Amino acid sequence: MSVENKVKGIIADQLEVGIDKLTLDTTFEDIDADSLDIVELVMALEEEFDLEISDQEIENIKTVGDVVRYIESKV
Amino acid sequence: MAEQLLEGKNVLVMGVANKRSIAWAIAVFLKKAGANLAFTYQSERFKDKVGRMAEGLEPGAPLFPCDVGIDAEIDALADALGKKWTKLDGLVHSLAFAKKEELSGMFAETSREGFLLAQEISAYSLVAVTKRLYPMFSEGGSIITLTFLGSQRVVPNYNVMGVAKASLEASVRYLANDLGPLGIRVNALSAGPIRTVSAKGVSDFNKMLDGMEEKNPLRRLVPAEEVAGSALFLLSDLSTAVTGNILYADGGYHIMGV
Repeated sequence: MSVENKVKGIIADQLEVGIDKLTLDTTFEDIDADSLDIVELVMALEEEFDLEISDQEIENIKTVGDVVRYIESKV
Repeated sequence: MAEQLLEGKNVLVMGVANKRSIAWAIAVFLKKAGANLAFTYQSERFKDKVGRMAEGLEPGAPLFPCDVGIDAEIDALADALGKKWTKLDGLVHSLAFAKKEELSGMFAETSREGFLLAQEISAYSLVAVTKRLYPMFSEGGSIITLTFLGSQRVVPNYNVMGVAKASLEASVRYLANDLGPLGIRVNALSAGPIRTVSAKGVSDFNKMLDGMEEKNPLRRLVPAEEVAGSALFLLSDLSTAVTGNILYADGGYHIMGV
């Protein structure tokens, strides 16, 4: 499975949104994710891809595409 | 044997936010030991999620809203719980809060408001909840809260929460003395760092875990599921001799110098 599909799957699962609603341009604001949702998502991503996302890097994540590009740069 | 330890005991669990919550790991373990469980959730945001989790673990488990920052909600909790259960045997207090900006950099920069908020939600809440609920412990029982080594030693970025946990641990001792004559024991469980959403609020939490496995006497990190075993001990009659104690469920980390 591509990183994009994996990431979308994790986001859909964590934030309880339909995976078909997610595009690379979808912002977390669009899907009503609050700061706690973002933290839960980051933890799920860290475990799935076995990496660490720093606090500064989290601040830069605004869209689904940001997550995909970030993960792709790390794995 | 664990199957019967809490048979017929009613335990209220406060502090479940999601599946990573230490309170949740404890609830799952207490259920296995035969406890009847009830849960609280902090606000509407958590209602559906905690409700689904509770229902999955124990169908029909009583579920109540309780923002511990609001006395009226604690009063309402006590009233509602009293209608569901005739007595309470155990309370799990596993909640805390500090503003994210107070969990990084210099402790010296802590704001008055941030200091008081951390104290209120993380330490006073145990007193406030105990005050309302202890009359329900008609056959004695056990109250536990969750703390962390940052109360005793300096843990970078833990800052205002370390001071709140020191206050929480002192509150445990005073409550233990107050409630001892009623057969109610009060103890704190000091877990090692565990990957919860609250822990992730502490700046550079991931770095705190770095190298910890090698330093820990047990040479590994202790997950919430294992902390739950110590919680079961403190809530069960195995620990009837123990009150006012801080039990370190941290793989031994607290004994280390460097």
